Amino acid sequence: MKYDLIVIGGGPAGLAAAYEAYKNGIEKILILERDKELGGILNQCIHNGFGVHSFNEELTGPEYATRYIEMLSSTNVEYKLDTMVLSISNGGEVKTVEAINTNEGYLTLDASAIILSMGCRERTRGAIQIPGERPSGIFTAGTAQRYINMEGYMVGKKVVILGSGDIGLIMARRMTLEGAEVKACVELMPYSNGLNRNIVQCLNDYNIPLLLSHTITQIIGKHRLEAVVVSEVDNDKNPIPGTEQTLECDTLLLSVGLIPENEITKNAGIDIDRRTSGPLVNEAMETNVKGIFACGNVVHVHDLVDFVSEEGGKAGRSAAKYIQHLIVEGQEVTEIKNGSRVNYTVPQQIRLENISEAQEFMFRVSNVFKDVNITVRNSEGDLIKKLRRPVVTPGEMEKIKLKKAELEQAKGSLTIALEEVV
Amino acid sequence: MYDVAIIGAGIVGASVARELSRYKLNVCLIEKQNDVSEGSTKANSAIVHAGYDPEVGTDMARLNVRGCYLTEKYTKELDVSYKKIGSLVVAFSPSEMETLKELLDRGNKNGVPDLRIIGREELQKFEPNIGDTALGALYAPSAGIVGPWEFCIALTENAVVNGVKLYLSCEVIDIKKEDDVFTIYSANPSIDPIKTKYIINAAGIYSDVIMGMVGEREFKIKPRKGQYFVLDKSQGPLANHVIFQCPSELGKGILVSPTVHGNLIVGPDAEDNVEREDLSTTKERLEFVKAEAEKSIKGINYRESIRNFAGMRAQSERPDFIIEESKSVKGFINLAGIKSPGLTSAPAIAEDAVEILKNIGVKLEKKEDFNPIRHQTHFMQLTPEEKAKKIKEDPKFGRVICRCETITEGEIVEAIRRPVGAHTVDGIKRRCRPGMGRCQGGFCGPRVLEIIARELHLPLEDVMQDVDDSYILVGETKK
Amino acid sequence: MIEMICIVCPKGCRLSVDQRPDGDILVMGNGCNRGIPYAKKELTNPTRVVTSTVKINGGIHKRLPVKTSTDIPKGLNFAVMKELEKIEVNAPIKVGTVLIKNILDTGADIVATRNM
Repeated sequence: MKYDLIVIGGGPAGLAAAYEAYKNGIEKILILERDKELGGILNQCIHNGFGVHSFNEELTGPEYATRYIEMLSSTNVEYKLDTMVLSISNGGEVKTVEAINTNEGYLTLDASAIILSMGCRERTRGAIQIPGERPSGIFTAGTAQRYINMEGYMVGKKVVILGSGDIGLIMARRMTLEGAEVKACVELMPYSNGLNRNIVQCLNDYNIPLLLSHTITQIIGKHRLEAVVVSEVDNDKNPIPGTEQTLECDTLLLSVGLIPENEITKNAGIDIDRRTSGPLVNEAMETNVKGIFACGNVVHVHDLVDFVSEEGGKAGRSAAKYIQHLIVEGQEVTEIKNGSRVNYTVPQQIRLENISEAQEFMFRVSNVFKDVNITVRNSEGDLIKKLRRPVVTPGEMEKIKLKKAELEQAKGSLTIALEEVV
Repeated sequence: MYDVAIIGAGIVGASVARELSRYKLNVCLIEKQNDVSEGSTKANSAIVHAGYDPEVGTDMARLNVRGCYLTEKYTKELDVSYKKIGSLVVAFSPSEMETLKELLDRGNKNGVPDLRIIGREELQKFEPNIGDTALGALYAPSAGIVGPWEFCIALTENAVVNGVKLYLSCEVIDIKKEDDVFTIYSANPSIDPIKTKYIINAAGIYSDVIMGMVGEREFKIKPRKGQYFVLDKSQGPLANHVIFQCPSELGKGILVSPTVHGNLIVGPDAEDNVEREDLSTTKERLEFVKAEAEKSIKGINYRESIRNFAGMRAQSERPDFIIEESKSVKGFINLAGIKSPGLTSAPAIAEDAVEILKNIGVKLEKKEDFNPIRHQTHFMQLTPEEKAKKIKEDPKFGRVICRCETITEGEIVEAIRRPVGAHTVDGIKRRCRPGMGRCQGGFCGPRVLEIIARELHLPLEDVMQDVDDSYILVGETKK
Repeated sequence: MIEMICIVCPKGCRLSVDQRPDGDILVMGNGCNRGIPYAKKELTNPTRVVTSTVKINGGIHKRLPVKTSTDIPKGLNFAVMKELEKIEVNAPIKVGTVLIKNILDTGADIVATRNM
């Protein structure tokens, strides 16, 4: 079976990508989704806060997903559910996707282009090496969210949450509303990574203490979790002796980071950016393999689904152009580098020939900084653009847009950095 | 009434069970936990040692070498993951290079095949990431890596299929002997006292406690804890062989090795004066393991660590394995103090146990219908055509449940339905791997739980993570 | 002067709210117009939107996600949760369907937030 475009992952990124590709004239589009329905992670994000940019409304996750699913239902975009992609290969003109499902068995599907939108997974206890015993009752926040919101089961009664990113904060409120006692939200950094509004409506509203600059130093429990030991940490993130407190609990929720899910990407030999853990992409959201694009959390972890949809749309449009042989193969590639206090940028490269008006760059900073300039300098150190910000934080992805005329001053590379206001 | 009752379904007990199941005997295998392999068997380095380490002339030496050979044979018969990748004992100083010569000599005397010492140049070819201060190594091509809990489960399954009765959740609390019959009492009210003519004590770190139930303790177990890192498969290629450092009085030291599934394992340290039950990991010891491992392999990225665990060695006060009929209690055979190279030696220890039974008068008549072969489906190892065929036969093989390790619902259901089937989330993990990958069960956990509940007709909240009382869910929302 | 975070949208503007002795409320720091009524409400009658799930039979999942159609008095959060425990719906349900009208006399309905 030959398709023009195969989209791997039917969450917000994939749905937006497929829709845009369709709108731009692509005929045979197939979405491959491993779950039993489209929507991806949005199906379990039953809280609101989605769609403020995309639809000018405040929607819950499922409502946002429903919008895109309904948009797609008016197109001829196909999708297969309960289908797991095992591998992809780059045959040049034709890309092959191997997948399996219960109805059709082993599938070998060909396409002119592929869009990767597999999303991300949660960082686990092992990755942060919390010492102690290994009882049950330790969940990543997303897994607990799935149990509560889709299966309808509670995961525990007395809860401690590690990590004050949005998932942890949302789950603090969710567990409390469903009758659990959330004893504390423990955060390693001296600031929370989550949205301010979530501190208010998830912690403050329920008098749940937020322990900043604290971490969990021991897990106690033979069969099921019985308690955790929490300690304050110093500037180097080391536990301060004497500050230990033991919190009795039966549940620990971990909200300690998301990692793009790039097993398929790596196995296909596509270059990965170690800073993002996602594929290196250019201005068209294309990976280093022609005709294979990527968008959404699989490229870099986003905060707002609205920007995921935007990125998906970009990938869809680019894939359409590629399939229609409208992408210009530029000789010159401009590198986008991360400078002082910037952790990464997306895209990591641009081809000026393919940019008609302007290009938006997304990036994250390494720490909380107040009153700084975001600067873009070219390969010779000349200042191309400067934007002042009252505050920037790692928990909020930043964007900066450069016009074509500004991009043309790059001379090989552009560096995005934070600089002091002089 | 049983002819032989084996106490402890770890690698030793399971090996004995399978060995005895070759004969026309009434045999049972008794296990305290709700599944097999729950003791030290699931928490060790998973190495099949070549056999140069034990002192010449000891049982340990003989059984290590024989066990190394038998492990290769049995893992093939039982479809258990095993790879003969060879091992390197690395020397970091001239005096350690001398130690290598002692080990070479010892190994040759113990009958270890093809041992040789290599210099830095060859070592670097073998191991491009070897530490900068490494001078040379003892290379043992016959060493390997194995799946220890998989081996234990497969041995138990094969034993059961060949007629052994398995008692799970059967903690032995007392043993009485009257005339020539033992009666074994358990803490489980639904299991009647078990009568048997002979007992094989393979109770690991509790073997002295079990001995003490029936007579004077003839040995003492002094548990020695070891902590480990298991790293993501991205780190697996950092090492090509099992990489040891020179041994000390505390043991073989910290190793770095690929695992049989492609992960990297780093550890263990050695800590005495610990409680039997204390399997906690600690920051200080893990830091120590990290620091020591750096000597062997450069550039291990601990941000790719996926799990830490601790295992307990059943160290006794004797230097050699304790494989003997009790001095004071006739018919009670101790297989105790089985520390390293216990995993490797287990199949050979089982042969010794059978020999002891023979020498004390047990009639051993071979079964004609003993079936040594066991097989399980490894979906991802099939060709695309075989995969297509398998899914057609059973559509459940067309649904991938574990994304990280690519394990299908068909394999999970198979793991539940086969003899000694899984009934807990970790039981599934040990049999077919969901939860062993980098997401550590975050994605597949809820799905595995549902499948277990469905297959065993249990409410979701009754499915345990691992041991009894390790509940996962507490009840429905909106009751 | 009271400091508070506006929760109307994900921006979370830091508001400085001055409650004058004559009853007037002065709001500063708001990034848009919606911050002013929010601050006033937060001081006098704080409200929240509640999102949760209800039991559903015959659907692809065992729970259907729902929300209050508009914000309700903050103090009624748990009471709303109790009301949601009492209902059980049957698939198919369309997104936006009113499942409970005027819950606890707040003027807000409980609506389904997806098709199932």
